[in-house]
Amino acid sequence: MEPILEVSRLSISFTQYDRGVHQRRLPVIRDLSLTIAPGQVAAVVGSSGSGKSLLAHAILGILPYNAHLEGQLRYRGAPLTPRRMEALRGHEIVLVPQNAGYLDPLMKVGPQIRKGRRDKAARSRSLGVLARYGLGPETEDLYPFELSGGMARRVLISTAVAESPRLVIADEPTPGLDARAAGRILGHFREIADGGAGVLLITHDLELALTIADRVAVFYAGETVEEAAAADFARLERLRHPYTRALWHALPQNGFQSIPGGQPYPGAQPPGCAFAPRCPDARPECGGAVPWRPFQGGMVRCLYPKGGTAV
Amino acid sequence: MSLEAQRLSFHYPRGGHVPVLRSVSLSIAPGERVGLTASSGRGKTTLCKLMSGYERAAGGQVLLDGRPLGTYRGFCPVQLIWQDPAAAVDPLLPLGDTLREAGPADPELLRALHIEQDWLKRYPAELSGGELQRFCIARALQPGLRYLLCDEITAMLDLIGQAQLWEFLLAEAKRRNLGLLIVSHARPLLERLCTRIETL
Repeated sequence: MEPILEVSRLSISFTQYDRGVHQRRLPVIRDLSLTIAPGQVAAVVGSSGSGKSLLAHAILGILPYNAHLEGQLRYRGAPLTPRRMEALRGHEIVLVPQNAGYLDPLMKVGPQIRKGRRDKAARSRSLGVLARYGLGPETEDLYPFELSGGMARRVLISTAVAESPRLVIADEPTPGLDARAAGRILGHFREIADGGAGVLLITHDLELALTIADRVAVFYAGETVEEAAAADFARLERLRHPYTRALWHALPQNGFQSIPGGQPYPGAQPPGCAFAPRCPDARPECGGAVPWRPFQGGMVRCLYPKGGTAV
Repeated sequence: MSLEAQRLSFHYPRGGHVPVLRSVSLSIAPGERVGLTASSGRGKTTLCKLMSGYERAAGGQVLLDGRPLGTYRGFCPVQLIWQDPAAAVDPLLPLGDTLREAGPADPELLRALHIEQDWLKRYPAELSGGELQRFCIARALQPGLRYLLCDEITAMLDLIGQAQLWEFLLAEAKRRNLGLLIVSHARPLLERLCTRIETL
């Protein structure tokens, strides 16, 4: 099947002023590749502040003016140009943002879902969408500040899917929700994918991502270090990259082991593998070029990967 | 000898007198690590605020060693670490000044928390959530501290950062015989950390 979205070798950097008029380039995302097929949930997992939200903004064409983008974006087989982004966003490609702060605070929920349209068809559709997420018709008359956290999240999904999109981008859709509420919200994204759309789930929560995703890309210091089937995360032996293995060991139910150090800042990454300074298996070669390559049923950015689906 | 919440009730002034907490009791002994879990909106954070003196209960009382918490002067022996560290520091103060507001910063402690000297001159906007959270912990760990209330304090960290922070806090709590209240949605985390788990 033709993929809905293909991201290949995407890099995003920012131009910053450093001491007076000296400009510098700050790389935030480097060499990111990702493919989403219809009916699939692809998760991008990385710690907060790692720049993963910028991926969503790049696809929608809403990066700030000082951002610089390299690499290729293709949507349904054709390049995603700024013009196409503008035409598609809000209709075929939609964003479910993090919180109710993205809703217009002075507009009631109903008109926001209908995007200002007042005809009968729009009305019945907005009611239908709300009902689908367990929200009654009275919700249309509420202002955003009157919604609870879980309701606001469902309203955000409603505004996104009212247009029957083909690609839904969810940016951290569950923080602050308890496990059951988060599970319900994620279930809605699974349903959207099962209905034939592609879903890109951007989150810091690996455990939650694994409950609905088909494929998972793990982000470290602005780079994808491993891309694998969600099922591979059930077994340590299948994981390919040392960072992914370290994440697995750090899960409270799997030993709760930490490793020293932290992720490097944008612009302060070491040459070669960004994880090498913390990696137990690092060798001198890891300071050189480390390509992103296929390995045993997934993708990995490591010279000495382990595991894979052949194990 | 313990921190005791006795039949606490609370409602927010504009909440139409709908109680957030109704007659909730909880006690923590020194050296104990109590887990607290509940669905969203059940008042976990409110209970933390009451037990650390940020809000006053409408009914019931908070006792530290049998004496109302409000009668202690100076550095409060019960400290709360907030879920969002960015909201718990002054955005216009360099972090070194924020630390000093609670008392002199112990260099040994800063080293153990991996707080770099250079960060003391920075403003909150220049550090990540995980780094700010370490400042909030350093600020709370004054010599007078007896009980530490941790409200979802690692929710913004990656799994490795979460394990790192708890490794440090558990060792510190053990060394100083602190009582901990650990609030989290994550059951496996609480099972790993706590000596007992309560549901609100």
